[in-house]
Amino acid sequence: MAQWKRKDLLGLYDLSAEEITFILDTAAEFKKVSQRRVKKVPALRGMTVVNFFVEPSTRTRVSFELAEQRLSADIVNMQAQASSLLKGETLLDTVKNIEALQVDLVVMRHSAPGAQNFIAKNLKCGVVNAGDGAHEHPTQALLDLFTIRERLGAFKGLNVSIIGDIVHSRVARSNIWGLLKLGANVTVAGPSTLVPREFEEIGVRVCHNLRDAVADADVVNMLRIQHERQNSGFFPSIGEYAAWFGIKTSTLRDMKPNALIMHPGPINRDVELAGEVADGPNSVILEQVTNGLAVRMAVLFLVAGCRK
Amino acid sequence: MKEILFKNARVIDPARGLDAVGDVGVSEGKFAAPEALKSPEVVDLTGKVLSPGFIDIHVHLRQPGNTTAETVASGSRAAAAGGFTSIVAMPNTNPPADTAGAIEYLRRVAEEQAVVRVLPCGNMSKGGKGEEMAGIGSLKAAGVVALSDDGRCIQDHSLMRHVVEYAKSFGLPILDHCEEVTLAAGGVMNEGKWSVLLGMNGIAGASEELIIARNILFAKQIGWRIHMQHVSTAGSAEMLRRARAEGIPVSGEATPHHLTLTDECIKYFDTNYKMNPPLRSESDRQALIAAVADGTITVIATDHAPHTATAKLVEFDNAPFGIIGLETAFPLCFTELVASGVIPVEKLIEKFTVGPAEVLGLRDYSLSEGNPADVTVIDPKAEYVIDKAKFFSKSRNTPFDGRVVRGRVEMTMVGGRIVYRDGRIV
Repeated sequence: MAQWKRKDLLGLYDLSAEEITFILDTAAEFKKVSQRRVKKVPALRGMTVVNFFVEPSTRTRVSFELAEQRLSADIVNMQAQASSLLKGETLLDTVKNIEALQVDLVVMRHSAPGAQNFIAKNLKCGVVNAGDGAHEHPTQALLDLFTIRERLGAFKGLNVSIIGDIVHSRVARSNIWGLLKLGANVTVAGPSTLVPREFEEIGVRVCHNLRDAVADADVVNMLRIQHERQNSGFFPSIGEYAAWFGIKTSTLRDMKPNALIMHPGPINRDVELAGEVADGPNSVILEQVTNGLAVRMAVLFLVAGCRK
Repeated sequence: MKEILFKNARVIDPARGLDAVGDVGVSEGKFAAPEALKSPEVVDLTGKVLSPGFIDIHVHLRQPGNTTAETVASGSRAAAAGGFTSIVAMPNTNPPADTAGAIEYLRRVAEEQAVVRVLPCGNMSKGGKGEEMAGIGSLKAAGVVALSDDGRCIQDHSLMRHVVEYAKSFGLPILDHCEEVTLAAGGVMNEGKWSVLLGMNGIAGASEELIIARNILFAKQIGWRIHMQHVSTAGSAEMLRRARAEGIPVSGEATPHHLTLTDECIKYFDTNYKMNPPLRSESDRQALIAAVADGTITVIATDHAPHTATAKLVEFDNAPFGIIGLETAFPLCFTELVASGVIPVEKLIEKFTVGPAEVLGLRDYSLSEGNPADVTVIDPKAEYVIDKAKFFSKSRNTPFDGRVVRGRVEMTMVGGRIVYRDGRIV
């Protein structure tokens, strides 16, 4: 692929395998930049990026901000609490006002699935999705893919199991699309209330037993379990969840010895993932964070390149 | 009043089992024998279909309360353009139509401004809140033709049972929006493959089916008609089929959008595909078509739900439910059901005429001499592109803009007066 052609990055559902690989290749170049003593490049000098977070975020926002700074962009951070949305302005009016200030890119997080698709359709400036409800979180999936590729080389025939609250997870969905397009075998696992059977219709294995889910896995991606799901009756207690679906040190015995353990963070230690495993030799969790920076630099660089 | 003679039309009059080329006379606002007319205006309808005027028993006119989206005047013009000569106005206005005063207001506005018959529907419960029974006797006296809490559903089964019993003593049919709220809570689209893939909160089919089951039990026990609004799932259609076979007094309607669209349409997050009940799966859609074809579903109703562009131009989660339907209903159904060979045109016209008339308890809804001359004329060969810019509705929230359809409404006559002809309100 010679050239990137999208002004927005909304989700992995839309991307071809070639486009995903192109982003990962670009990210590999930016990772080298991050390892130099001088980590800043002038790629986005003179461009303005607005980080518009209508839903709270710490790690994703910090990662994007740092990526923008390393690309020499000018940055404005907007939180929902401080925005006009509270005064009754529509989301579209808010972002059109941002655009009218000659902004080049909007990095946006929102609780409503498809909010970024809706905004991107109505704006000329670029939109990067930093998470929309339970729909997509493309940069998280790209950094997961980057980490897997860096460690294991290729995706074809790789067994990747995503375990936890799949139904409410945008990380799971973006990973599923990306992994399927790149030729991996995907399993989703967890209690049946959180792992709908409908995923089978797109060629994903659905499983409700931890041992079955991890046995053949080359990669196990653990998702954070939200305490609020217990109150909504999806499972009886955090303790029961941890007992049946949490990875313990003993679980490693049922796994391939070199299987990678991933987690998008923040970790509930000893709930979905035992502390010893999170810190153990199979874990690549902090590498994911490091790679996230390179991936976000790549994404911002590519979509900004589509600006006239 | 002028005399009119419609000549050479294919006259379809389902109540009398009539389907033949012939003439229809109108005099003094009523159907009259053609040979009895003295000097009528002659309208040649060669190649056209003439039927009793269409009835839509499920329309939101938004007056009072949201007249930016629709009014009695604009909604009735949209109805005329869609071939509807009578429309039943749902009571979820603001304030709601739960008192005699509200009904009298609607009737007065309709009298002054509407171009078709606006039949008022009153709330079953006060404010449509599902807590206390509305003043059903005074609503009847004020002229309601039916009762409904449409948009909401009475969750208190004991209250619902009493409403049905009480409505029976006043001879008022119940039109029920069937939705169990805990299974629908927070949902914005059908629960199924597409809600799972898109990460959206789903509305389970069981939410509708639970209430349909309840209503079938009450209709059987009480012996009074309960009509299920906007039936959307295969399970609902099957329950309705069995109940009707048992002779239980229940009926159901399907909307044109549930017959033509599925939840997959939502993958581009266009809020014009957001409605309640939501667009269901392809197998549900096929089951609904089968239920229309085998007579389980006797009514096609639009659930015409106008919303301003502003209201709909938001995140999918935050958009209001509903689309407009009056001006697209017949051509969509004609294209999808008749032109495609599922049912003959006379069967479709039944769902727009005698089907809804039967729900409302109207006797002899036909072209018989002496009946009010409500007429719809269709050109079954006309093919055209739906253009929302030409709508008479004040709102444009339709997913059907740009769709190629067949079966154009040519003319609408209400009480012997032509109110719509060749694209114009007369």
